[in-house]
Amino acid sequence: MRKGLIFGFAALAAVSTGALFNTNSAKAAGEAIALPQLEWSFEGMFGTYDRASLQRGLQVYREVCSGCHSLDYIAFRNLADLGYSEDEIKAMAAEVSVVDGPNDEGEMFEREGRPSDYFPAPFPNPQAAAFANGGAIPPDLSLMAKARADGPNYLHALMIGYVDPPADFELAEGSNYNAYFPGHQIAMAAPLFEDAVEYADGTPATVDQMATDLAHFFMWTAEPKLEERKGMGIKVLIFLLVFCGVLYAAKRKVWADVH
Amino acid sequence: MSGFQSNNAVIKWVEHRMPIFSFLDHSVGSGYPSPRNLSYLWNFGSLAGITLVIMILTGILLAMQYTAHVDYAFESVERIMRDVNYGWLIRYIHMNGGSFFFIVVYIHIFRGLYYGSYKAPRELLWMLGVVILLLMMATAFMGYVLPWGQMSFWGAKVITNLFSAVPIFGEQIVVWLWGGFTVDNPTLNRFFALHYLMPFIIVGVVILHIWALHRFGSNNPIGIDTKGPQDSIPFHPYYTVKDAFGLGVFLLVLAAVVFYAPNYMGHPDNYIPANPLSTPAHIVPEWYFLPFYAILRSIPDKLMGVIAMFGSIAILFVLPWLDRSPVRSGRFRPLFRLFFVLFMVDAVVLGYAGSQPAEGAWLRIAQVATAYYFIHFLVILPLLSVFETPKPLPTSISEPVLKGGGGSMAGAPAKPMEKA
Repeated sequence: MRKGLIFGFAALAAVSTGALFNTNSAKAAGEAIALPQLEWSFEGMFGTYDRASLQRGLQVYREVCSGCHSLDYIAFRNLADLGYSEDEIKAMAAEVSVVDGPNDEGEMFEREGRPSDYFPAPFPNPQAAAFANGGAIPPDLSLMAKARADGPNYLHALMIGYVDPPADFELAEGSNYNAYFPGHQIAMAAPLFEDAVEYADGTPATVDQMATDLAHFFMWTAEPKLEERKGMGIKVLIFLLVFCGVLYAAKRKVWADVH
Repeated sequence: MSGFQSNNAVIKWVEHRMPIFSFLDHSVGSGYPSPRNLSYLWNFGSLAGITLVIMILTGILLAMQYTAHVDYAFESVERIMRDVNYGWLIRYIHMNGGSFFFIVVYIHIFRGLYYGSYKAPRELLWMLGVVILLLMMATAFMGYVLPWGQMSFWGAKVITNLFSAVPIFGEQIVVWLWGGFTVDNPTLNRFFALHYLMPFIIVGVVILHIWALHRFGSNNPIGIDTKGPQDSIPFHPYYTVKDAFGLGVFLLVLAAVVFYAPNYMGHPDNYIPANPLSTPAHIVPEWYFLPFYAILRSIPDKLMGVIAMFGSIAILFVLPWLDRSPVRSGRFRPLFRLFFVLFMVDAVVLGYAGSQPAEGAWLRIAQVATAYYFIHFLVILPLLSVFETPKPLPTSISEPVLKGGGGSMAGAPAKPMEKA
């Protein structure tokens, strides 16, 4: 009977978690159509980022997205995670110019970017961003993969979601139809088209390929410690499993004379 | 303080001047007799205490890196996640630890509800527990505001706005809570100060809770008092080792979530910086508030909704006087058991309804579930104490526990306990 009750509590907990999960998926389903589910290398207990995909995603961001979208939480030094060498990072940082100062004479000055600098934002302030984009502010993309339900799949779907609207769909002035955007009307025009970039590693730059690489890259910008986390998790779980075994044995031994 | 002996000279020297070792021995040591039949459901008390310690430790570490200012709060949390050594680990433990604290405490409460742990002579112990629950809720709410994401901001706005329902002074109270005319920097600052302070108040009430517990000791699955030494075993080593094993299992589950699904219980919108000009499509609180949120929204009148929400917890204070059945454990109360299961289902239904937009069928369901919540306490429990015929109680704890106890149990007087 006691076991039955413990089981009851466990079942209650399971039902509650299940309800929670259903809530999330129901919410996602209520706002948009089901997203195409991709297989990501960073999923699962042993998940890691695909360095080649990350580098391709960075390339698409720099050549396409960065014209309008900032990436505030990423510094050039962070690109070491993507497999770039120190010299490559220095060279990439040097391509941008940064306003620094004031110097000893009290003046602000421009200098070459350094690895410790953060990615420059395309607009100096939100007002400028809104003015240049017909009133819509392009959001910062650093955390986008965590700020949307089913983030990586959503970002991929959004990039490939620019299709012709259904015949009876009334599109508001200045917006674009997107199959996966909540409400289907998005201010951003289709950013990707076939061969929008020429991949350094020779991968054919299809829209789907670029969308996948971008979503992969944005998962990294949102969760740069994912590999460290999952790697440590395995060790912690193995330790705790063994530890629980030892504690259970101790419990059995101590309680032997009571039962 | 009898019974405590040590041959260690240092311990004896200290003990003579300040009897702290015998105090510990009587609190969690071999000098604290506990019922011998406690199930694993009795692990959740000490587990809650340990979770509180985990939350305080990780919280202090986070506070060293966090900036309580509307312009920097979100950024400082991201800095913790990216640039502080193991900051991601500490933050994910703290963030999920909050949820696990509520899981543990809710199981602890439901255990008390089922086994009648709130009944005489443990009413005060139970009421102190309800105070802890209230303090936890306030602390968790203010903690959720600190990262200054969209849900932080709008959650704070919705909850603080509840006080505007107070007649006459409502608006003034809200302005006073905010420290301004909207949720802004003064609000964030005071929430941080209070979020840091309140865990220590909780520690204080926990000490009172344990003090009250030690007056009569733990209740047990049978719900009858210990009648002699054959019914009890020393807390140490029996329950220390059992609690340690339970802690191990708890840490295993916590680690699985922290390392492999750290954002599962969170809301994606809280990774968007707070924006007072853009309201999220659905403002939902953290999962552990959902049943209460459902009660709040199920009543059309704002003031009545607020009263019902606070009433749903306040009613627990008087529970010992609503359920007047002299039998503690639900094990011997067939009808109570049935209604207890219904009540658990009701709580889950309320939680789910709270996560849905308050309209249509779910609003209707939430209203029925809210009504049932109060009916359970105000009608069903009082009536059950009058009309239910409990099963015969064993004469002592050791009888059914000891091997061969089944035989002597049949010989026990098979009369239902008289109503007091």
